Amino acid sequence: MLLSADDWQAVWLTARLASVVTLILLVLGTPLAWWLARTTSSLKKPLGAVVALPLVLPPSVLGFYLLLAMGPNGPLGRLSAALGLGLLPFSFWGLVVASLCYSLPFMVQPLQNAFEGIGKPFLEAAALLGAAPLDAFCTVAVPMALPGFLAAVVMTFAHTVGEFGVVLMIGGNLPGITRVASLQLYDHVEALEYAAAHRLALVMVTFSFLVLLAVHALRPDARRRD
Amino acid sequence: MRLERAGFSLDVAMELPGHGVSAIFGPSGSGKTTVLRCLAGLERVPGSLVDFQGITWQKGAHFVPVHRRGIGYVFQEATLFPHLDVRANILYGARRHGMPRQDKAIQEIVTLLDLTPLLRRHVCHLSGGERQRVAIGRALAASPRLLLMDEPLANLDQGRKLDILPYLDRLHETLRIPIIYVSHDLDELARLSDYLVLLQAGRVVQQGSLFEVLPHLETNLLDEQDACVVLQARVAARDSSWQLARLDFAGGSLWARDHGVPVGSQLRVRLLARDVSLSLEKMEHSSILNSLPGMVTGIVPGGHPGLCLVQVQLGDSLLLAQVTRRSMTEMGIHPGMALWANIKSVTLLEQPLGTRLGTR
Repeated sequence: MLLSADDWQAVWLTARLASVVTLILLVLGTPLAWWLARTTSSLKKPLGAVVALPLVLPPSVLGFYLLLAMGPNGPLGRLSAALGLGLLPFSFWGLVVASLCYSLPFMVQPLQNAFEGIGKPFLEAAALLGAAPLDAFCTVAVPMALPGFLAAVVMTFAHTVGEFGVVLMIGGNLPGITRVASLQLYDHVEALEYAAAHRLALVMVTFSFLVLLAVHALRPDARRRD
Repeated sequence: MRLERAGFSLDVAMELPGHGVSAIFGPSGSGKTTVLRCLAGLERVPGSLVDFQGITWQKGAHFVPVHRRGIGYVFQEATLFPHLDVRANILYGARRHGMPRQDKAIQEIVTLLDLTPLLRRHVCHLSGGERQRVAIGRALAASPRLLLMDEPLANLDQGRKLDILPYLDRLHETLRIPIIYVSHDLDELARLSDYLVLLQAGRVVQQGSLFEVLPHLETNLLDEQDACVVLQARVAARDSSWQLARLDFAGGSLWARDHGVPVGSQLRVRLLARDVSLSLEKMEHSSILNSLPGMVTGIVPGGHPGLCLVQVQLGDSLLLAQVTRRSMTEMGIHPGMALWANIKSVTLLEQPLGTRLGTR
């Protein structure tokens, strides 16, 4: 057995977290990226900067603010309490919310770039051929931006898997609930269990390698279609 | 319509015929494309009025969105969807107008434009000319009520242009919907259009039937090399021994190289002003075959200060002759004067498919 039961639990939790976050961000990030790519509004620049903020902010700063927001006196905390969900910190859904903020730019930016790369004439052509805006979006913009979607999903998933600071601030380190693989690895190192750390790290490296390999394998096809 | 932009204003009122090919002609930057985009609804200019065959597309706050106007639009650059093959591109608009896949009208368009061998092809494996043909087919397959073409040949080299022009001739002959064709190339327009609107710096300078407008075009607006008239002619006879064809037009007949167009066919003939010279007597002992009597009706400046354009009436037709001011003075050319127009070369427009445009 390469990994211990605890390790598997952490890996499984990480995979679940990253999948949920990627899925939600795909739903939320697509319209946001589309808006950012097409709008001429003066809000474009400030909003774009807000989306990009997690790229430059230390994760612990982000985690700190999120912790306050999710606390009993924070806006998110009041909302979740009012909805009968209880408080989010130190729970799986708390991690999800934190990761949504942290990983947002990794979803939105590749999508925005992909949408911006589709020349306006293609969408005009779709409209002229009778496609209503939503129809044109689904049948022209999305298929043409497919490589961007692939990149966005992979980047978001990978960054969610790799986050550490935010998770530590929001989730603590509760086995089975918030102890993701990166925290598990940290614990191994702290406990000087280098062999276990090596094994977990190897699993993570292999995973990352396979993901990138898959992306590159899919890429040429996407490129040809450009 | 009226449009103000930094450094550019457009103030255009035009009423175009509801059939045939109307051409919007003008130098680049004159607002041709903007007019077309406003018509299509791609650009919304507040305060404009756009009516199409009794339907108001834009008036005040009323604005019919692009996808409900039923317009076919061919861009300068063919915007074929790269994720679809040729067939799916052609069917994209057709499907949205409730037409079945195997619709007869679509088949006809495919045949008209010779698209059958391309249907299975991916759009990135098409040449420039093929791309434009597919783009035209795609626009037509959606059975539009109006076809707008924005310099569809501008990005093609001369060879590709000559490949695609015969297809445009076919459209001109077979389509029942009106076509508005934007170009800065008088060659194309002389061949394809019936109605001409001349646009300059956002203003309509002249408009009317092609045959009537051409002899009166403001020469400062175009390259002096371009001044020409277009005549509607009929192939009256073919002389096989000399490989010549006699073309009759309202006001005379011309001998031109025989391009195999059968006797009785109607075709357009373009006479460039620089290929027409004037003489006081009929030219004898000259290599010029076509020497026709006419009367001077007007003289206008000819672009270069040393040149002028003389309008010569031949029966019901008007010709332009480019002569130097010096010749004009030495010959004493004035309106009302009778003289001979010597036509050095005749360009046949509207060639049947497959024959390259051989001129001169």
